[in-house]
Amino acid sequence: MREVPLHLNETESQLQNLMDATLSTLPIGQAARVKAYDQCNATDQRLMVMGLIPGVEVRKIRVAPLGDPIAVEFDGRCVSLRRTEANSVRLESA
Amino acid sequence: MADSTALSKDSPAQVALVGNPNIGKTTLFNLLTGLRQRVGNYPGVTVSKKVGVLPLPKGTAELIDLPGTYSLAATSLDERIVVDVLSGQVPGLPKPNLVVCMIDATNVVRNLFLASQIAELEIPMIVLLNQWDLAQKQGLQIDIDLLEQRLGVPVIPCVATKKASATAVVDAIDNTLVSPKQLKPIDWPEAVTEATCTLRADMPEGVSESLSDAEIHRLLFDANSALAERLDWDDDTRRASVKKARRVVQSGGFNPMAAEPLLQYEHLNTLTESVVNRAGELPKQHSESIDRLLVHRGWGLAIFAAIMYVVFLSVYTGAGPMMDLIEWGKGSLQDWIAPMLSSTPMLQSLVVDAAIEGVGAFLVFLPQILVLFFFIALLEDTGYMARAAFLMDKMFSWCGLNGRSFVPLLSSYACAVPGIMATRTIEDPKARLATILIAPLMSCSARLPVYVLLIGAFIEPEHGPFVASLTLFAMHFLGLAVALPLVWLFNKFLLKTRPQPFVLEMPRYHVPKFADIAWRMWESGVEFVKRAGTVIFAITIIIWALLYFPHSSAVEEVTTQQFIAVQGLTLEQIQADEDQAAALGQAIDSAYLEQSWMGRMGRTVQPIFASAGFDWRITVGVLASFPAREVIISTLGVIYSLGGEVDEESHSLKDALKGATWHEGPLTGQAVFTIPVVMGIMVFFALCSQCGATLAIIKKEAGTSWAVFSFAYMTALAWLGAVLCFQIGNLLG
Repeated sequence: MREVPLHLNETESQLQNLMDATLSTLPIGQAARVKAYDQCNATDQRLMVMGLIPGVEVRKIRVAPLGDPIAVEFDGRCVSLRRTEANSVRLESA
Repeated sequence: MADSTALSKDSPAQVALVGNPNIGKTTLFNLLTGLRQRVGNYPGVTVSKKVGVLPLPKGTAELIDLPGTYSLAATSLDERIVVDVLSGQVPGLPKPNLVVCMIDATNVVRNLFLASQIAELEIPMIVLLNQWDLAQKQGLQIDIDLLEQRLGVPVIPCVATKKASATAVVDAIDNTLVSPKQLKPIDWPEAVTEATCTLRADMPEGVSESLSDAEIHRLLFDANSALAERLDWDDDTRRASVKKARRVVQSGGFNPMAAEPLLQYEHLNTLTESVVNRAGELPKQHSESIDRLLVHRGWGLAIFAAIMYVVFLSVYTGAGPMMDLIEWGKGSLQDWIAPMLSSTPMLQSLVVDAAIEGVGAFLVFLPQILVLFFFIALLEDTGYMARAAFLMDKMFSWCGLNGRSFVPLLSSYACAVPGIMATRTIEDPKARLATILIAPLMSCSARLPVYVLLIGAFIEPEHGPFVASLTLFAMHFLGLAVALPLVWLFNKFLLKTRPQPFVLEMPRYHVPKFADIAWRMWESGVEFVKRAGTVIFAITIIIWALLYFPHSSAVEEVTTQQFIAVQGLTLEQIQADEDQAAALGQAIDSAYLEQSWMGRMGRTVQPIFASAGFDWRITVGVLASFPAREVIISTLGVIYSLGGEVDEESHSLKDALKGATWHEGPLTGQAVFTIPVVMGIMVFFALCSQCGATLAIIKKEAGTSWAVFSFAYMTALAWLGAVLCFQIGNLLG
């Protein structure tokens, strides 16, 4: 009986982690699915137009030598964006 | 001239070429139009407009190469031009008869987004599947017949670098002009249609009639649409109406700010279902392996530095022989023409010292421009430029610029003229303007002679070669150190920019076509000569006149008599002795300069420069250097009666400067060139806007008021720098 809530807690914390995950915090080399955008401002719209819409799998390829911007890949496209912009892209596990 | 074919009887058909950035549009444009293209500007804006004549089997058409864009959502001027041209809103440019939409065959769905938006503008269309060869190499099987059937417009596989593709494209254009076909636009859900009607109903009279539904969608969907700028609609009421219309979209269950991409992609996915099939796994992209080396966290920057070094060195030295040739040509022409006009000294001086000198003064920049644009075209066409921006962005983002500013600023170290022309690679107009404003602060090669002369005469003899080279480095660094905080200030208080997004696609690496590179060099060269040339020429003539007139012959007589009195020789003896004759000639030149309007201006303006420790001679040198700063050396030569033929290595000029003393005022008898004065002069030249060519190019790229602003702020900054140098230097003793 005690194992179930423990298990649930773990799932919850994993879920919590995933809810916090953004394109900015995604580790290099990892892939995830776009869940939503925080603001839908002009930059977010630009990313969506380029094909980074909810449901699309995105992989972080690299970080620039000075720590910013980052480069991501989706649909065979490689796109560079700044961390502040990547913060707005919420992810869920692929 | 008369041609009986139907197409050329009326004005030629307008064909617009559109597509995402970096997919080979310009390569195809060059292939289709060849030498029959011309570059200009769209009316009222600085977006360059490329138009070419496209020969068709019957008659000709005009092909317009529009800026690359992902969507009609226009946040920048470049992108707005696409919407404006396609909806026929550019004065003097009729709505195109046909749109050729180039899409990347390796990414059909994402690229069709733009085509689907354009479909709403109700223009006949052809879709080109470019990089067809690459798509096949990647194992993509695209069912062209099915795609053509679904889209309802001709679909042509194409390889923009191949002649055969050009023929197929021309045939398709010809056929479609005769029997136009339109791409079927998306069926919007009711909420969007309703919102469009709501927004249209709210528009003031005159506005609503001028807009198509597609343009209204831009206002409805885009977070900040550049389209709003061209409408005669008050900002506040517009925002309220847009908000109201967006609520209508929302009530239909859509997020108005994400509705367009989500619905369009849903539509496109259905439209292209089973059109594209992949045989096997996606092969490894070779661009990724190159990137692993070129943008590596460790050595990415080292490779970048090495590449920039090669570019910089080539602009600096590679253009040297060509520049020498132009200088030599100028000199020989002057030597050849001068004797022919010796009977009319004024005409001689006008032709030799002003006209030929003026033409030479701007032609001499041409080699550097060509070399720089060779490298810019090479770096862009290979795909490395986007990587360079990626590497450098962090260095520039804090002050409101982005990584794209790096190359223009670095090239400004050779010469600001090509540097400012290179800012065209910056898409964001405000970041571009900010870069244009600070580019002339980078220490260009024309400043070097001033540094070499003054450091060689005053710093090196006293403090040794180490301090001398340190001073030289400091002078080169000063501009950049001042520029970045200035950009921050400009952005905060003047341009009022919001932080600019920096979303940039890394294009695939590919081998550039020589013809494309040659075109870029040709375009930049022609534009420079045509536009900057006239202004530089005019400035040179004005300064010449100020230095020449009033040129009263009394000056010559008085100077000759003084010379005879001092030397104790007769005029005949002086004329017989070559050295004495030359010395007399230089004394006369010097006296003319002192009596010229410029000389008088120098004396009048000198009090302004007194707080920097400049005497009237330095002031004349400074004033005469405004068209071109390197003129200071020869002006100082004339002022100190050495003739205009001195250079920065000239010992006599160094000695003359060292021996210069104040002739009047409280400092009479003391040396003019003390270390604080020397430093002040160098700082002045490092920061001052003393280049007619640069101002001409700023006027061309950003408009007259920004050229005036650039001149004013740099000159004020230079004065302040020189005064601070002199005053602090004196305090430190």
